[in-house]
Amino acid sequence: MDPATTTTTATTSAPRLRYTLRRADDALILGHRLSEWCGHGPTMEEDMALSNMALDLIGQARALYAYAAVLEGAGRDEDHYAYLRDVHDYGNLLLVEQPNGDFADTIVRQCLHAAFVDPYWRQLAACRDATLAAIAAKAEKESAYHLRHASEWVIRLGDGTAESHARAQRAVDALWPFTGEMFTADAPERALVADGLVPDHEALRAGWRETVAGVLARATLTLPADGWMQKGGRDGRHSEHLGHLLSELQYMQRSYPGEQW
Amino acid sequence: MSGAASHPLEALRREAERVARTVVDPEIPVVSIADLGILRDVVIAGDHVEVVITPTYSGCPAMHAITSDLQQALAAAHLAPVTVRTVLSPAWTTDWISDHGRQQLRDFGIAPPARGTARARLFEAGVVPCPRCGSSDTARLAEFGSTACKALWRCQACREPFDHFKCH
Repeated sequence: MDPATTTTTATTSAPRLRYTLRRADDALILGHRLSEWCGHGPTMEEDMALSNMALDLIGQARALYAYAAVLEGAGRDEDHYAYLRDVHDYGNLLLVEQPNGDFADTIVRQCLHAAFVDPYWRQLAACRDATLAAIAAKAEKESAYHLRHASEWVIRLGDGTAESHARAQRAVDALWPFTGEMFTADAPERALVADGLVPDHEALRAGWRETVAGVLARATLTLPADGWMQKGGRDGRHSEHLGHLLSELQYMQRSYPGEQW
Repeated sequence: MSGAASHPLEALRREAERVARTVVDPEIPVVSIADLGILRDVVIAGDHVEVVITPTYSGCPAMHAITSDLQQALAAAHLAPVTVRTVLSPAWTTDWISDHGRQQLRDFGIAPPARGTARARLFEAGVVPCPRCGSSDTARLAEFGSTACKALWRCQACREPFDHFKCH
């Protein structure tokens, strides 16, 4: 850690910890969702693709949780954050905890999120927090592949059969209200933005919209009108889906505390 | 140079580097971690030697195996204690794979990544020549292959499927 980073840690450690945990939670929960497809993919290739993307996301989550442990300085490790926090302690976006549904639901969710997180990582890689920048510089190469893969599938489904088109459109419409939360930031996060430590989320909205509109147009799908946007995930107010997800993710550590293998 | 060479740990460091360079990637056992660009440095850290490595992908499960392979190889050469440290920055890129490593990949049936195209572009797969017959008439079967760093391709000329080490 360079001296400049060390001095700012003293003043912004708590907001930075919260910020880091929220991004780690996004990666872990979306990674876990994709891992649920393992062995259930529509084709062998897709089964491997979804598992590969899950691995990337869980790898990103581990790096972020490890940094959170450093910021908190309470002697915790990445497993503590993943396995021993309850639903209301998680600060992930509502979008990433939405159930896998059918393949269209999963792929549209992935496309909507990757179109946001890919430029997000690239901007974070240029920000002043050296550790977050290092994690982001790795993650942005992975998210570029995720965006390309998910976008190609959205186009194939949307511009495919009447059935695949209908399902893809239904997925876009159902997930749309969860997209607004990606561009929100509370007051402590805005202070981190002002310090140049993290990117301005609101400024990412126009680029995201352009990417998504381009993919949906090629997919012959309709871009939904902007309406009511759901939020609350960042503050620990989640849909009922997250609790069920965590009950599976955390089962082993809850049943056998401290167990290692 | 002479100052560094006369350091009591410098001979140990050089020997540790020589041994570390022989460790191969567990997923592609013909290519060394040095040729893949995973091995970043071998340095003197205080009173011992430290080996610095970097992961290819954030979730690369081979990092544990590589760390343990390094420790075993160095212990077998009576060079322990040596610590292995993982760094994330600068981020690994396929541009760090040496020419020797690229040829080894090709000989193993894996198409090496093109240089200078580290970032995946939306809707652009690029041209990947077949590592067996050299034909450019190839097609991508799957973006995500048997490991995080590989995609699955097929040659239309010799009809053989092959792995492509993805640009990263």
